[in-house]
Amino acid sequence: MKIHEYQAKALLSQYGVPVPAGDVASTPAEAKKIAAGLEGKVAVKAQVYAGGRGKAGGIKLAADAAEAEKSAAGIIGARLITHQTSAKGAPVGKVLVEKVMEVRRELYLSIVIDNARKMPVMIASEAGGMDIEEVTRTSPEKILKVHIDPAAGWQDFEGRKLAYGMNLSTAQVKPAVKLMANLYRLFREKDCSLAEINPLVITADDKIMALDAKLNFDDSALFRHDDIRQLHDPAQDDPFEARASEMGIKNYIKLNGNIGCMVNGAGLAMAVLDLINFCGGNAANFLDIGTVNNTNAVVSAFKVFTADPDVKAILVNIFGGMARADTIARGIIEAYQQIDIKVPVVVRLAGTNVTEGKRLLAESRINYIEAADFLDAARKAVAAAKGGRD
Amino acid sequence: MSILIDEKTRLLVQGITGGEGSFHTQRCIEYGTKVVAGMTPGKGGTQVSGVPVFNTVESAVKETGANASIIFVPPAGAADSIMEAADAGIALVVCITEGIPVMDMVNAYSFLKGKPVRLIGPNCPGLISPGKCKVGIMAGEIHKQGNVGVVSRSGTLTYETVAQLTGFGIGQSTCVGIGGDPLLGTNFVDILKLFQEDKDTHAIVLIGEIGGTMEQEAAQFIKERVSKPVVSFIAGASAPPGRRMGHAGAIISGNTGKAQDKMAALSAAGAIIAPNPAEIGITVKKALK
Repeated sequence: MKIHEYQAKALLSQYGVPVPAGDVASTPAEAKKIAAGLEGKVAVKAQVYAGGRGKAGGIKLAADAAEAEKSAAGIIGARLITHQTSAKGAPVGKVLVEKVMEVRRELYLSIVIDNARKMPVMIASEAGGMDIEEVTRTSPEKILKVHIDPAAGWQDFEGRKLAYGMNLSTAQVKPAVKLMANLYRLFREKDCSLAEINPLVITADDKIMALDAKLNFDDSALFRHDDIRQLHDPAQDDPFEARASEMGIKNYIKLNGNIGCMVNGAGLAMAVLDLINFCGGNAANFLDIGTVNNTNAVVSAFKVFTADPDVKAILVNIFGGMARADTIARGIIEAYQQIDIKVPVVVRLAGTNVTEGKRLLAESRINYIEAADFLDAARKAVAAAKGGRD
Repeated sequence: MSILIDEKTRLLVQGITGGEGSFHTQRCIEYGTKVVAGMTPGKGGTQVSGVPVFNTVESAVKETGANASIIFVPPAGAADSIMEAADAGIALVVCITEGIPVMDMVNAYSFLKGKPVRLIGPNCPGLISPGKCKVGIMAGEIHKQGNVGVVSRSGTLTYETVAQLTGFGIGQSTCVGIGGDPLLGTNFVDILKLFQEDKDTHAIVLIGEIGGTMEQEAAQFIKERVSKPVVSFIAGASAPPGRRMGHAGAIISGNTGKAQDKMAALSAAGAIIAPNPAEIGITVKKALK
């Protein structure tokens, strides 16, 4: 799960990581008030989940409160299109108004899980303020890493290795090491999947602080972090995905094509997208229906498809294992009874209880297209989406 | 022969009294797996499908000689169950549970280090040595005993693959679902090593997907150490970057984890890449000629 920069900075601050003075505003008037309370120049920063805000015009500098109000008026309520958003951009509901710091050095600091070593790793670099993947590629010697033993926890010597490695002055090392320890404590206690400070800056008056920050959280651990879950901003979700989620369809991702797909299992669902592609079509979504033990989920999925104007055909591909093909068949029949389905529906069933499932569909007299196998299903769906039947 | 599980496997089911635990215990028994014990704290002394239930893994092992375990415990307690099994000396632990907090697994891996235990999963369908033993949630009847080893990060895509193989009359030695999580107990290289050593495995099918670099490591291993034909398919070539495609581990982040790079690495290592997921079976058939 992602959160906004202002929320990440509030958490960092709570954990003893210094951040610039500032506050979040939902209206230009609020932005003006916050700017008036800060000395000197302020930055007005659009709060969206995507990166690349600066280049996209989502970060404006303002000399005074009046200018901050004007900048905020231009950003709040607009949609910000960055290289990380969809073509439609992300809606901006809030701006962070922050004191502009005089920066002497820009560094990088983050914590992620190293999947291969199966332990957290803290990554630091002198080359802050840039895309860290780019730094990794062009100057790998500037990337410093320490792996953190989960049993022993964070050790200060690890912090000193990174701090001296980034050529910090003796006076800067101590607060830097403390900052790193605090960042790890936050990462650990809140089950982060990413804690990234880029840039971490040394200011003109020799203070170390987080100028920008990104915190992502482990979705699987949200059950024990009600406080974090509440930080989620549904306005940042794709509207179709939000609707699917409300209807209990969790593993749904909106894509650019026109074939609505319902598949059981993530790997098979990805393979269906690939197969549709191979057959010359494009999927409108990824949907792993999971282990379906009742027909409601199937009906809900059809409701999601029919609400999406992009969907010109529906492909159901189920390989029953834990999920049962007859339950899916009953769900499809119920969907036809409850919803006005105007697009062709291609169904391929296999696995557990497939004979019963096929019999139910055949006897139901619903107008579906039966597919013999995996490839046949994809071909028929692609043809159906193009307006002709294979 | 087969790898990891066979007629000698004595299975313990952790979380046997839950819905999934009891359902799949019955299915495993029907397939012929020797399910010797179940375990749910507080349910000791009861029975599920005639299998005695214990309060701790330690007592279950002591009483029944269980040497493998399958875990159906909900996410919040699953890492604890993995550690309990390892502590009791179980050699093979298969964790079906999806959605275990990553930090819990980090702790579990730290605990497992140095202990003589192999963890399969988590977030996996388990494994099956057709005709001998099933420690998993796959439908046993689509499998056929034979000489192709299958290893995969996915559940249902493996069923699809196995059904294609069986449809061509090609049987399987063992099918292993290593799981869809980013932090896995057993990776492709571990299983490739076992298949390479197993004299009854004549060819290997490797089903990968986007996310991470496990397939690239497999490619390196295949190049250096695998003499048997390997057929591969990587799911997610059409997946958008930055989105988690159902599996926690299936995400392209930046330039890492793309299906095309994985296919290129495997192809360069001598593996045969199936052109699409519907033609994995026929590709294996051709490779076996």
